[in-house]
Amino acid sequence: MNPGPHFLTLLALAGPGPNPLDDLRQMLALHFMVNAFRAGTVVAVLAAAVGWFMVLRRQSFAGHTLAVVSFPGAAAAVWLGVSVTAGYFAGCIAAALVIALVPRSTSGRPRSQESAVIGTVQAFALASGALFVSLYGGFLDSITGLLFGSFLGVSDGQVLTLALVALVVLVLLAVLARPLLFASMDGAVAAASGVPVRALSVVFLLMLGCTAAEVSQITGALLVFALLVMPAAAAQQLTARPVLGMGLAVIFGLAVAWISLAVAFYSPWPVGFFVSTFGFALYVAASALRGLVTRYGPSKRAHGRVAAHSDIPGAGLVGA
Amino acid sequence: MTTAAFFVFAHPFLASAFGAGTAIALAAGLTGSIVVLRGQVFAGDALSHVAFTGALAALALGVDLRLGLYGGCIAFALLLAVLGRRSGGDDTVIGAVFAWVLGLGALFLSVFTTSSSGTGGSGGTTGVNVLFGSILGLSRSQALGDVVVALLVVMALLLLGRPLLFASLDPAVAASRGVPVRALSYGFFVLLGMTAGVATQAVGALLLLGLLAAPAGAAQRLTARPFRALWLSAVIAVGSMWAGLSLAYVISAVPPSFGILGVATVIYLGTFVWTGLAGRRHPPAPARVRPGTGREVAGAR
Repeated sequence: MNPGPHFLTLLALAGPGPNPLDDLRQMLALHFMVNAFRAGTVVAVLAAAVGWFMVLRRQSFAGHTLAVVSFPGAAAAVWLGVSVTAGYFAGCIAAALVIALVPRSTSGRPRSQESAVIGTVQAFALASGALFVSLYGGFLDSITGLLFGSFLGVSDGQVLTLALVALVVLVLLAVLARPLLFASMDGAVAAASGVPVRALSVVFLLMLGCTAAEVSQITGALLVFALLVMPAAAAQQLTARPVLGMGLAVIFGLAVAWISLAVAFYSPWPVGFFVSTFGFALYVAASALRGLVTRYGPSKRAHGRVAAHSDIPGAGLVGA
Repeated sequence: MTTAAFFVFAHPFLASAFGAGTAIALAAGLTGSIVVLRGQVFAGDALSHVAFTGALAALALGVDLRLGLYGGCIAFALLLAVLGRRSGGDDTVIGAVFAWVLGLGALFLSVFTTSSSGTGGSGGTTGVNVLFGSILGLSRSQALGDVVVALLVVMALLLLGRPLLFASLDPAVAASRGVPVRALSYGFFVLLGMTAGVATQAVGALLLLGLLAAPAGAAQRLTARPFRALWLSAVIAVGSMWAGLSLAYVISAVPPSFGILGVATVIYLGTFVWTGLAGRRHPPAPARVRPGTGREVAGAR
């Protein structure tokens, strides 16, 4: 799967030694591994913060579609011979704008037309990816890399780009956090009190697009969800408080990314598998914990608090 | 379609492709119409990715691909029905589950590619075929099997059509009239799983969502009447299939999956332009007047 340089295969075959510190030193002596960890860190923090809002706004489908669109973006970039990183961002931002064009329905049957558009955008984007691959020709091995991720060969320049874009998005998110939270929790009330809900929604989709483009460079286009949804969803199972929840999501995301990279280094299997498996385990554990607290909660107060959480991920948002 | 008829007579593989493609498009168009009506496009998305994992799991274990494809899709469809009921339509749960299933698919792909690399390295090609479809590579017997499954789905949908539409449009009223809403929901998910399985062989796991969503979305923009939308969606899907296949035949650089989805997407785009030009809004949004400026509320979901 990850063909990589020969010495890496030898290292992977040797497996981790008895001393974890030695292994760590060995791993970090390789420049591409250091870059992989840098990129993984940037991406995990960004994905957790933006993902927290995405889960709150119930835009998982849009997020997934934006992530998938990075594949045709990258494939087109390879075909045209331009920077793949630019291709990722161009694809995701273009798709974010297309999705933003469709007005969100407020009617009883939630978003059936909107979701049909999103689904079409996604499938058409992937089909275009297949077309670009076919036009380029002889590109078969990298398809799986683009789709399922490869942490090899993240260059210094790429890390810098990732960090800069992440910084811009995070600053923007910090500035917009309060109105965005308001608009996400109760769009109608927020609109009535003068919050520019529609504009916020478009800006958020663009931020989501940038995030998806960043994450897909590590996890591959198909597994962006593992870092975007799972840490955020696990955090929202545990707490409804925005700052605490986002902090938890960031910690979860970092843990998942670091452990996955380290394990994938010593394994022949793709990093995307580990990211999604660890993320899912975390989510299941958080759900189980919440279930236990709900059932055997020590006091009435704790019980009530958890019950209140269940309203938070947008129960009032779907326009029931 | 005289040109299409000419192609069909010219090449046996095109006969298989057109035969299977027509049946699959018919099934996908009908199923997709109800999927969009029920607001379950995301479930279709999840299923399309599960189709990949199921097929690759079967290949990695060395059993028939279709066994894993249908087994995986139907099992996951039932799981989605249960999850959807318990979470009240919270797509985060679905997202978390299917992202993990997809991760498993990546693992199976890796295992399969490694294990088959000794036999000429066909693993990567097969994996990519599952993802993006290979309708022109269908053998006669495969095409026949696809036609049978697709027609089964179509017949079941025709039998269940009226109560299913009723239950989808207004579950509460349907339940009070004695329509078995829950059983219909499970049954529909099984049909959706079968459609996903059969469509994977035509347009690929990653693209079958387009065959579900685009014709149905287009049809529902053109008419607000559910039954008419159902048929229109089937017609658009079959038309996209034929036009896409012909396109792929004429221009060899165009993969058939891209041709099919390209045509479907253009038709959907066309309905936006058409209804926009006609100055009408389809489907008519139920009146929901709120104080303040209407435009901002429309953006507030």
